[in-house]
Amino acid sequence: MKRQIAIIGAFGLVYALVVAASEHSYYQLILTVVPVWAVMGLSWNLLSGYSGFVSFGHAAFFGLGAYFVALAQIQWGLSPWIGIPCAGVVGGLAGLVVGIPTFRLRGHYFALAMLAYPLALLYVFEWLGYQELALPMQRESPAAYMQFSDHRIYGWLALALMLAAMLLTVWVERSRFGMSLVAIREDEAAAEAAGIRTVGWKLRAITVSGAMAGIAGGFYAVVLLVVTPPAVFGMLVSAQALIVAMFGGVGTVWGAVIGAVVLVPLSEVLHAQLGDKIPGIQGVVYGIAIIAVILLAPEGVFWKVRDLLSRRIKPAPVTREPAGAAEVLPRPARAGGTGRVFEVEGLSKAFGGLQAVRDVSLHVERGEILGIIGPNGAGKTTLFNLLNGFIRPDRGSIRLEGRDVTGWHPYEICAAGVGRTFQVVRPFRRMSVHDNVVVGAYVGGQTGAQAHAVAEAALAHVGLSGESGRPAGQLSNKQLRLLEIARALAGKPRVLLLDETLAGLGATEVEEVIALVRKLAADGTTIVIIEHTMQAMVRLVDRFVVLNEGALLAQGQPAEITRNEAVIDAYLGRRWRTANA
Amino acid sequence: MNVSQLAENFLQALAAGLLTGSIYGLMCVGLSVIFGVMRVINFAHGDFMMLGMYVAFYAFGLLGLQVVFGAGAPYVAALLAAPVVFLAGVLVHRFLVSKVTGIRGSTLAAEGHYAQLILTLGVALVLQNGGLYLFGSAPVSIPTPLASSAWEVGPLHGDLVSVFVNQGQTVAAIIAIAVVAAFVVFMGRSQLGKSLRAAADNPEAATYMGIDVNRAHRLAFGLGVAITAVGGGLLASGTSFQPYVGLEYVIVMYAGVVLGGLGSVSGAFFGGLTIGLVQQMSTLFLPNQLQNTAIFVVFLAIVLLRPQGLFGRAVRRT
Repeated sequence: MKRQIAIIGAFGLVYALVVAASEHSYYQLILTVVPVWAVMGLSWNLLSGYSGFVSFGHAAFFGLGAYFVALAQIQWGLSPWIGIPCAGVVGGLAGLVVGIPTFRLRGHYFALAMLAYPLALLYVFEWLGYQELALPMQRESPAAYMQFSDHRIYGWLALALMLAAMLLTVWVERSRFGMSLVAIREDEAAAEAAGIRTVGWKLRAITVSGAMAGIAGGFYAVVLLVVTPPAVFGMLVSAQALIVAMFGGVGTVWGAVIGAVVLVPLSEVLHAQLGDKIPGIQGVVYGIAIIAVILLAPEGVFWKVRDLLSRRIKPAPVTREPAGAAEVLPRPARAGGTGRVFEVEGLSKAFGGLQAVRDVSLHVERGEILGIIGPNGAGKTTLFNLLNGFIRPDRGSIRLEGRDVTGWHPYEICAAGVGRTFQVVRPFRRMSVHDNVVVGAYVGGQTGAQAHAVAEAALAHVGLSGESGRPAGQLSNKQLRLLEIARALAGKPRVLLLDETLAGLGATEVEEVIALVRKLAADGTTIVIIEHTMQAMVRLVDRFVVLNEGALLAQGQPAEITRNEAVIDAYLGRRWRTANA
Repeated sequence: MNVSQLAENFLQALAAGLLTGSIYGLMCVGLSVIFGVMRVINFAHGDFMMLGMYVAFYAFGLLGLQVVFGAGAPYVAALLAAPVVFLAGVLVHRFLVSKVTGIRGSTLAAEGHYAQLILTLGVALVLQNGGLYLFGSAPVSIPTPLASSAWEVGPLHGDLVSVFVNQGQTVAAIIAIAVVAAFVVFMGRSQLGKSLRAAADNPEAATYMGIDVNRAHRLAFGLGVAITAVGGGLLASGTSFQPYVGLEYVIVMYAGVVLGGLGSVSGAFFGGLTIGLVQQMSTLFLPNQLQNTAIFVVFLAIVLLRPQGLFGRAVRRT
């Protein structure tokens, strides 16, 4: 982190010197505009790069910032020195107002909806009669109104904004904020289940992002002195923010800066040289740049170059201190030796005409290992999804340690002490194994170093310490299963819901995982496990619940269940009967 | 303003809405092939429409269609936009879009969608700004005598209420409806139409059935932009346009397709029709400049409240 800040500082110094050496006002203007678009790219990156929600509408925040500064100076004589920070507030508020309804959407619907905001604002501002606003020249005390005859000062101001945006980005990236956003990008549902309050983080991201864009827009108005709706709300503004960030590489502080440093001067110079003969050359440059990036290096220039370099230079393996790992992971508190963890009453859920879960009542005893079995489509995973809050039941209630948690959000249920894994593993693939688990550790309210220590302890617990630095996407199936358990463990759950944790594992691997589950249970964690491998289950669980066609078919000790005629008919099958007769 | 004047304004907006809406419906049908059925996000769709408008404009001006077809010339020009834009669409798909869609794209999972979105954004920028170079920035339109003449319907109630129906728009709307009908029949009945739907619906399964999915996607993409281009060509004789016109219609078209329900070609037509009605009706109580703002608000309302569309079945918003 210190190294990164040092590099940013060095870059800033070089840029400041280049600005100082620039003579022609045209080059000074380009040197001023480059950081403005870098800030826009960083603003876009903060929302879309980290959280994965692609915005086509950053012009809305930019334009509101620009118009605020211009109107505030014209109407109230407010200096841009105050106006620009206020534009940040305006942009941030706009982000919040836009985010609240729009985050109900995902994927391309989100992108298209975002596009509609600046276009709608464009017509509104034209209708209001602000087709062209000129910032008044201040003859007396121009500096108080951010008007300088030495145009290099604008360059330095722009640079200061860009450095501030870069430092903010670095801070976000290293904090719980950034980690949560990346987890949302990688798998939003898994992030919720790991205890991340996704709506809250997304709204924070769009607010901060909107504020950055608002400041960039406000400053842009001061630099160009004229504000028109197409220039600040137009498609090219949103597109440019997205393109500089994607060109350089998303999810990094350098991406947007590289994109702006390369593309802005290129398009400006071409515009100056050929603009009279080829109008729109700027748009063509940006269009071709983004097409080329998508086809040739979709991850962006920064990552591409880094990959090329790292292939040549073998990086030193990332090692983290496993110091005092075992002590940091405290045993989950056992409130009394016995009692019921979950009490489920008359739970029902239908999808259209399909009754997935039908009037199920069951309970989970503290400290037990409860196995849930049943044929495919019996509603086992739906039951888990109801228990951890992914879906709301149509009828019935769920009580967790005496509290009614029916209809709670997944992150709330996770925070209340319920961890889960998934039938199809859902790691955050591009995050490191360590960071995957750190996300889970945030649930207990741990921050910074403590969260990292808890994560290491959880990894040690499942035997993945050696893989800590690798991207999760590179792990084997068994390791992914263990990773999910570690991620859940880091939240210090009192109950673990394990969904087909043994699926797809070889015989020896099954034994390893079973040993781990036993160990967890012995440590006092209550375990509910869905599994098909009956041989393994019979040895593992204390009690079975059998579901069939969404309804409770039977429950009881393994010995009873395996002899239950109804269970044999519905699930175990004839062969089981003859084999175990 | 008295009651009969209100009624007249209302009927006038209704008529205008139905006529423009039919053309919007045609444009939406084109997009629905690409977005609704194939699930490719074509951000440049409006710009292919712009291309269609200019093709019609130049075909009308340069080919001397008026000598042969007289008053029908603008409509022949609009239909001529189809083959040209079809070719452009096929080429863009072959060399660009196909790299991030279809079976290859589906392996990219969610990233595939963003790649399409951003790639076609690039295509849109190139088309818009390239159009600025090729066609100039001055707004143009196809001059047609029909556009400035109207049939008077009425007087309907006493002597006060009568509605003027623009002749040019009426002919355009009829052509639009005919093209939509022909296309719906083509997709439903013909061998090619069926294989296009299959390839769009489930590329992998279609491959196993012996369908050349890449070719089918290419054709579907070309057909989609060509149909929308005809819509653009029909609009070109009523309104003036410039190379950036596509952007305004991107939202109109996506709104219509979503409203009509993803995956339904005929639903898209009624979606577009509804958007046209909303746009014209909004002029009754909103200033003219805010027509498009009204559409954007309606679009936001639709995706937020009823993403499965008014006429469609539920689909997941992913």
